[in-house]
Amino acid sequence: MSTSVTLSKVRKHFGSVQVIHGIDLSIDPGEFTVFVGPSGCGKSTLLRMIAGLEPISGGELRIDQELMNEVPAAKRGIAMVFQSYALYPHMSVYKNLAFGLETAGMKKAEVAPRVRRAAEILQIEPLLDRKPKQLSGGQRQRVAIGRAIVREPRIFLFDEPLSNLDAELRVQMRVEIAKLHRDLGNTMIYVTHDQVEAMTMADKIVVLRLGHVEQAGAPLDLYNNPANRFVAGFIGSPKMNFLDAGVEGADASSAAIRIGGEKVVLPRHAKGTADGKVEFGVRPEHITIAGGDNRIPFAKVKVDLVENLGGQTLLYTTLADGQNLTVSLEGQRNIQVGSSVDTFVDPASCHLFDADGQVI
Amino acid sequence: MTTIASPASPYVPTGGRFARALSRNGAGYMFLLPWFIGFFGLTAGPALVSLYLSFTNFDLLTEPRWIGTANYVRIATADPRFVASIQVTFFYVLLSVPLKLAFALLVAMALNRGMKGLPWYRAIFYLPSLLGTSVAIAVLWRQLFAGNGLVNSFLANFGIQGPSWISNPDYSLYTLVVLSVWQFGSPMIIFLAGLRQIPQDMYEAASLDGASKWRQFWKITLPLLTPVVFFNAVVQTIEAFKAFTPAFIISGGTGGPINSTLFYTLYLYQEAFGFFRMGYASALAWILLVIVALFTAFSFLTARYWVHYDD
Repeated sequence: MSTSVTLSKVRKHFGSVQVIHGIDLSIDPGEFTVFVGPSGCGKSTLLRMIAGLEPISGGELRIDQELMNEVPAAKRGIAMVFQSYALYPHMSVYKNLAFGLETAGMKKAEVAPRVRRAAEILQIEPLLDRKPKQLSGGQRQRVAIGRAIVREPRIFLFDEPLSNLDAELRVQMRVEIAKLHRDLGNTMIYVTHDQVEAMTMADKIVVLRLGHVEQAGAPLDLYNNPANRFVAGFIGSPKMNFLDAGVEGADASSAAIRIGGEKVVLPRHAKGTADGKVEFGVRPEHITIAGGDNRIPFAKVKVDLVENLGGQTLLYTTLADGQNLTVSLEGQRNIQVGSSVDTFVDPASCHLFDADGQVI
Repeated sequence: MTTIASPASPYVPTGGRFARALSRNGAGYMFLLPWFIGFFGLTAGPALVSLYLSFTNFDLLTEPRWIGTANYVRIATADPRFVASIQVTFFYVLLSVPLKLAFALLVAMALNRGMKGLPWYRAIFYLPSLLGTSVAIAVLWRQLFAGNGLVNSFLANFGIQGPSWISNPDYSLYTLVVLSVWQFGSPMIIFLAGLRQIPQDMYEAASLDGASKWRQFWKITLPLLTPVVFFNAVVQTIEAFKAFTPAFIISGGTGGPINSTLFYTLYLYQEAFGFFRMGYASALAWILLVIVALFTAFSFLTARYWVHYDD
């Protein structure tokens, strides 16, 4: 049976410095929630507060409706996988896995089958007699996850668990953690600064900045409907293009926007700021160099650099007024640097942000 | 016939390998020279001479005469003071070293809790180690533990009539053990550095596993600190075997009362500079060297079973 987590006005300060500013968040039972944000946004601190490793300065943390603010870490039914793995170097893999169970006073006969079962799930049975120093990074990560599994916790917490692995292994472990979540069905909270990890693994992404939740929701909701410029820029790779623009005219169903000398009419309402200045956002993959399929002409751009990635081609271009625009095209294209190309956008994929960065 | 002059061959130094190495590394050896002079002139040379003297009856006044293993045979079979000094020294080493290490670790753990003014506390706790082996501190210790000393004055406040700690053979050695433990600063600083190396994550993982502070100490702190414990144990054991000044000052150079503070080095000193039996004292010195070497070797041999190195 899975477990819910609810945060109400949760705050954290270190001395006079407040780092978490009254966060409200609800995590459903069995949900895979990812806290994502840049360094210093408070995502790890929030995770550690849920774990019980950091005292909560204000607000309420409830696990399955039970108030947890003052409950010791060991009694919250939580297991955590650390970025550094935090394996005990002097113990064998078996001992590392068994440590928590032995601490809980479990008999050896009960410990052994649980350790074996966790080792089986993670395919680390041949490694049980080894010491952590005899393991590769990926194997250590599996042991760290095994140490969490073996305790059969209500909630799994992961604090940037893949950041010490190389790119290939990271992808592999990402898949395995997602599979583990599917098999176990536990509530999992995962911290990362890598938005790709967040997009690929999460049921719910919580984007944090400076101790505030910028937006929480399903990955594609955040991708398609970012609440503000920060989320729009943080989610998606390559990141969204942001262009200075001006609202020239708007009515209930359309808005005429001038960008880099070009006039674009978007079939949507746009209440401009007092001086008519807005920021126009469009993702590189939502720009094409051919019309059709509800696409409207956007701007003529000069190609400064072409990156052929095989499956896609990235164009780094400049608008007439010197603003930069990145374009991501599917497949391999033969486009010359220095040439000019016409671009097209789907108005439904365009975003407008006001001076405060909030979506219009 | 045309003769073509061969190009001049590059310079190849003549002479043997040693000469070539010397010409290549001459400057380096020049910098090392003071150390070589000190090592061979003041350490290795005298040590080898003392080995020779240990097989003679050298008495500083007459030419040394070769007597074979007679000194060693006498030490092993007919020297009750040697046996007494070995007993006192072993008792001192086996009691003072573990106590000092335990106390040093305790203080290091207290200081490792991130308290304010840590550098000051570190300096204050280290101070006895700087002063402890000095003559002045030994004299002070003698005053403290004398029959009418400060310790007994303090005890008298509670109605306790303390013994004369130094002149009573039942207690005299313990006062030296206490003096040794008081000089815990050096191992404490090394323990503190070792404690700082243990990642906080390990304790957090253990606390999530429900491990109490007590269990964390035995299962995490102590095992991860074993390389430092090992280092401190070896160094302090060697130091304890070599201890001389406190016993010399407190017993007035006699090792009394009733040989109760007759450290091995003090006995060696008496033989060498009290009775001028340099040959015999040299044999004693070599026996001490063998004992310390055996202790150290034993420590290294057993280290693989209890010292945990991360890499």
